[in-house]
Amino acid sequence: ADIISTVEFNYTGDLLATGDKGGRVVIFQREQETKSRPLSRGEYNVYSTFQSHEPEFDYLKSLEIEEKINKIRWLPQQNAAHFLLSTNDKTIKLWKISERDKRAEGYNLKDEDGRLREHFRVTELRVPTLKPMDLMVEASPRRTFANAHTYHINSISVNSDYATYLSADDLRINLWHLEVTNRSFNIVDIKPANMEELTEVITAAEFHPHHCNVFVYSSSKGTIRLCDMRSSALCDQHSKFFEEPEDPSSRSFFSEIISSISDVKFSHNGRYMMTRDYLSVKVWDLNMENRPVETYQVHEYLRSKLCSLYENDCIFDKFECCWNGSDSTIMTGSYNNFFRTFDRNTRRDTTLEASRESSKPRAVLKPRKVCTTGKRKKDEITVDSLDFNKKILHTAWHPMENIIAVAATNNLYLFQEKVN
Amino acid sequence: MFVRGLKRKCFDGEEDIEGTLAGIKAIPSYNLQRQSLLDMSLVKLQLCHMLVEPNLCRSVLIANTVRQIQEEMTQDGTWQMINTQSTGQASLDRLVSTDILCRSSKDQAEGKHVPAYGTFNKDFESDQAQDSSETMSTASSVQAPRNLQSNVWEMESPQENKGNFQKSLDQIFETLENKSPNSVEDLFSEVDNSYYDLDTMLTGMMSNTKMGHCDSLETFSSPTNTASNSNCKSDLNDLDHIVEILVES
Repeated sequence: ADIISTVEFNYTGDLLATGDKGGRVVIFQREQETKSRPLSRGEYNVYSTFQSHEPEFDYLKSLEIEEKINKIRWLPQQNAAHFLLSTNDKTIKLWKISERDKRAEGYNLKDEDGRLREHFRVTELRVPTLKPMDLMVEASPRRTFANAHTYHINSISVNSDYATYLSADDLRINLWHLEVTNRSFNIVDIKPANMEELTEVITAAEFHPHHCNVFVYSSSKGTIRLCDMRSSALCDQHSKFFEEPEDPSSRSFFSEIISSISDVKFSHNGRYMMTRDYLSVKVWDLNMENRPVETYQVHEYLRSKLCSLYENDCIFDKFECCWNGSDSTIMTGSYNNFFRTFDRNTRRDTTLEASRESSKPRAVLKPRKVCTTGKRKKDEITVDSLDFNKKILHTAWHPMENIIAVAATNNLYLFQEKVN
Repeated sequence: MFVRGLKRKCFDGEEDIEGTLAGIKAIPSYNLQRQSLLDMSLVKLQLCHMLVEPNLCRSVLIANTVRQIQEEMTQDGTWQMINTQSTGQASLDRLVSTDILCRSSKDQAEGKHVPAYGTFNKDFESDQAQDSSETMSTASSVQAPRNLQSNVWEMESPQENKGNFQKSLDQIFETLENKSPNSVEDLFSEVDNSYYDLDTMLTGMMSNTKMGHCDSLETFSSPTNTASNSNCKSDLNDLDHIVEILVES
């Protein structure tokens, strides 16, 4: 199994897609509740597996293009088939996943095994009939959106009009129509005329869930810009600019690096957005640009370890974050296979671990605690014994229920709220 | 991962310092820590995976950190600034390719106000008031970026990089230089040749680019690098230009 690089539920939550470093997409489907297996409700089983992207070679630059899937985004379902967008660093693909559980039998011109029948053998005409067969799930690429990004794609986002989507790389954001692959519109371009003057890159972008003309993008300097596509064709001028003033007392050489935003997500209700930087998660009210309304510390105990984390490159890890269906709770990952949830109403936070040892099936997860003071209590973990290779970068929350998917390197964990 | 001779010092609280050649347990001074951070950052910028394009965000953040350190070191006079004239005489190439560290030097030359970083990070714990005599020769403590992927932002072919290698080295070392290069002898007298080979090559490179009359200096430096670079440079400059156009389109 390869390292999982993206996790995403579809709009109903019945399907869960994962992308990995090897360019594969694995889709899980939730089992329907049946009388014979009452406990199986909530279990996800493999539904489809396919190779989305292959490694490529850019001959002009003599560089490899990784096949790693950076993001997957589902399209809302409009017919029996499911559609999703998957992207690597350079190319976005639209995949159709469809089921086949019937087979036509009784053709006139060919045998059951497909061979053409001799004409003289056809003595009568019959109407082919549909017979049931074992369920087959087929994935087929329907569109390939290529050659529009010079830099590495970090985000894709489907618009609420369900007809367009955006793709963002380090310096540019393009707008596509799902039906058109040979043309895209550039809507943001922050590339300086002289590349040596580059000091800031785009790190994430997302469309507003309801307003199809609004999108946001975050930067490596910890800022978020909200743009309105009605104002101009090229949205280099933002409509709103979100930035929290820096706290001068905590300034260090690492201040900028840890302020770099790794993920931005709108709330489901469209009134808030959440950003993840290295040490914290912030909730912003879209109507207030000068500071976030809520800040949650994910692993503040790492602040004194920033130099080591810079040395081993961990400081550049890009953690994602997600909302639950009702926007009351937010979740993000940390190190040592820990992930954190924050209840926005009660202000309670929980640290849980995604590992085989601590997650027997159906067992309740025990909250974990990192010891920050000198005295370590029983069951606590000291900061120095945290495993920084076990990082949870990708998490997803079911759109309606309390089911969460947590990707721990090459393992996928699914947790569900215990109902009695 | 680290070049031999490069002392690794990490200054996180009470953590033991591992990997030092001396093996002395001591909290390094702020200047030493800062220098170490600068060295580490430069190494990081070089260690780009040549097979796949480097992560642009990471490169930008590291370069910004390097710039920050350099600005601060300029502020408290640890480095002397480059003479405006020396950059003025530079070729068009070098003027256009503004180096990643050069921001503040340009600002200074133009008399702009560079914001001072008044507060220091708590990480840099140092009770010792650091005297400026502790300023180490920056030339000797910084590793020469042999494989520096130039213009770390530009996605250029490796072949192209050789040509820009020269340019980028200029960039890096112009700002690291701590004295005006009035004479070659002065430069070399500062160098401790016993440190490691890279030093000699390093200073050879510096004088190579700064003086303009570089032939005699090539014998001082490691022949493998400087010779090949000065040969490559003129040839590849044209190629750079063409490939750049192709890449941009």
